[in-house]
Amino acid sequence: MNALNSLMDGFGTALTPLNLLWAALGVLLGTAIGVLPGIGPAMAVALLLPVTYGLDPVAAFIMFAGIYYGAMFGGSTTSILLNTPGESAAVVAAMEGNPMAKSGRGAQALAAAAIGHFAGGMIGTILLVALAPTVADLAVDIGAPDYFAIMVLAFIAVTSVLGSSRIRGLASLLIGLTIGLVGLDQMTGQQRLTFGSLQLADGVDVVIVAVGLFAIGEALWVAAHLRRAAAEPIPVGLPWLGRADVKRTWKSWLRGPFIGFPFGAIPAGGAEIPTFLSYVTEKRLSKNKDEWGKGAIEGVAGPESAASASAAGTLVSMLTLGLPTTAVAAVMLAAFQQYGIQPGPLLFEREPELVWGLIASLFVGMVLLLALNLPLAPVWAKLLRIPRPYLYAGIMFFAAVGAYAVGGEVVDLVILLIIGLVGFGMRRYGLPILPAVIGVILGPNAEQQLRRALQISDGSVTGLVNTPFAVTVYAVIVLLLAWPLLKRLVIRGRPRADA
Amino acid sequence: MTTRTGSSPAPDPTPAPAAERRSWLRDHSELGVCVLLLALGVLVLTDALTMDVDITQRGPVGPRTVPIVVGMGLLVIAALLAVDVLRGGRGEAEGGEDIDLSEPADWRTVLLLSGIFLGAAVLIEPVGFPVAGALLFWGAAFALGSRRSDRDPLIAAVLSLITYIVFDKLLGVPLPGGPLMGVL
Repeated sequence: MNALNSLMDGFGTALTPLNLLWAALGVLLGTAIGVLPGIGPAMAVALLLPVTYGLDPVAAFIMFAGIYYGAMFGGSTTSILLNTPGESAAVVAAMEGNPMAKSGRGAQALAAAAIGHFAGGMIGTILLVALAPTVADLAVDIGAPDYFAIMVLAFIAVTSVLGSSRIRGLASLLIGLTIGLVGLDQMTGQQRLTFGSLQLADGVDVVIVAVGLFAIGEALWVAAHLRRAAAEPIPVGLPWLGRADVKRTWKSWLRGPFIGFPFGAIPAGGAEIPTFLSYVTEKRLSKNKDEWGKGAIEGVAGPESAASASAAGTLVSMLTLGLPTTAVAAVMLAAFQQYGIQPGPLLFEREPELVWGLIASLFVGMVLLLALNLPLAPVWAKLLRIPRPYLYAGIMFFAAVGAYAVGGEVVDLVILLIIGLVGFGMRRYGLPILPAVIGVILGPNAEQQLRRALQISDGSVTGLVNTPFAVTVYAVIVLLLAWPLLKRLVIRGRPRADA
Repeated sequence: MTTRTGSSPAPDPTPAPAAERRSWLRDHSELGVCVLLLALGVLVLTDALTMDVDITQRGPVGPRTVPIVVGMGLLVIAALLAVDVLRGGRGEAEGGEDIDLSEPADWRTVLLLSGIFLGAAVLIEPVGFPVAGALLFWGAAFALGSRRSDRDPLIAAVLSLITYIVFDKLLGVPLPGGPLMGVL
């Protein structure tokens, strides 16, 4: 088995003492920052980007893997103990987890979540090892029109699957595409939207866009609506599970990944849909239906496991196709680009040490996550009491560090603030953030593929649909676009529900 | 068609006239987003159309095509969003752990924070990161309502100094030390 050999080499990379240290540091930082209220995994990864600037790529991505999983776990801790999830993937964790914590079973809820993350992450990463090289092999042959089709699919999926309003999703995407246009045209060197400024000729760095939209935008938005009395977290002891609980939850842990993984791999919003699907499945299969809504432990275990596996699924499309399906993957893709590495089918051939080191460190990170987070849970719970002025002042502070570290230029800080104000406005008027980030990251790439495809076909539009792969992808897009129309036909006549 | 006639046939019953007026204003304010999208679209299109591409054009699709498509898209979306808003559609403000949407937006804090951030950006090069960063943290915490004049500046100074040392010395990410670090 080729993949197994490569994975063994990967473990050789991941298990060096220094890389183990980076993985442990990533898990700890990721969990700590993910636990902080108001900070989701995407903001956590964006804020921690500058920490890795001085590292070599392998160490940086090993640390990222830890941050990603840690931040996701941290988010569910917040949901369970505070019941006010700021991040959509953690909503489901609050539905059963918070009632459990309220009735004094917080320790069990946290344990079910932690082991769920472990199980989901393990199974998800095994599926990643099994599938990713195959997908990469298949994808090696795909050409410019296929890439363009995939990117259009990503654009359509993030704007129409997520959020309540397609128009607002599209508006957000177009804002992102516009930011992506700034700078020199990659193929001709033509200046676009630079207004003669030298600084803008380099384009707006993706990291600044991500930090601006996720961190500054969020801090300003919270500042405008800061809750006078912060919600009180429920105190919790060491997580543990009794025999009866394990008996109830082990099947849920194992079922979750098979719901989460496929959804992570497609551009359908990451963990949001699979956690909900897992919740519904567990509820249907549960023998203790009367407990649901009052703290059923399966309702924590299944969705958490699904969430963790969806993160692994996300990495399949990100590493093999260069296609980010979630905000975190989008930020990680930006990090790859920072190192001049282009994720895609060739990544497995060109950077085997990096890819397999990263994948092996996912396994390592998962073990560390479980080993560190079970004993540290009471400490994490204390983080929830941080005074809010310090929390959001800290976010602004580290956002400034991150943006300045990109290029050491003051103008970047000004651009960061402007993009942050845009993010503020987007939150105020219900424009989703993710389409804008995807637009900035994939926009320039999509344009290049489009132009390459049309160059090959000498300007004929048929050059975009001349492969079976591209046609299939466009068929999926049409289906995605038509689906709400079909649904609307069914429910037409009912009064429109406003926000 | 005016906004007034657009919002009146909305089927949902309004509880109080004051709330109705406020929600009308909110409907109205979202049209500002349409205006911004429209302006952005015009900007992108102007830039694309005034581009001098004769020499650089290579292949059937030049550097102009995509900006023109994006610009047109912005104009179309601005129009569609305007129609949606006039019909009573409203963007849902984002909720969150520390967000209380029941009270009106606190613009003073937002402006103050933006000002403090800009100030820190201007200061970072002349006075160095440790000082500018500490001022940023302290100022932001103050703007957000923290009034512990003993604890706040201390936390700000320690955080800023540790960050500077960790990034500049340990992680190899250069940050300007400023005159203070020159003395130490």
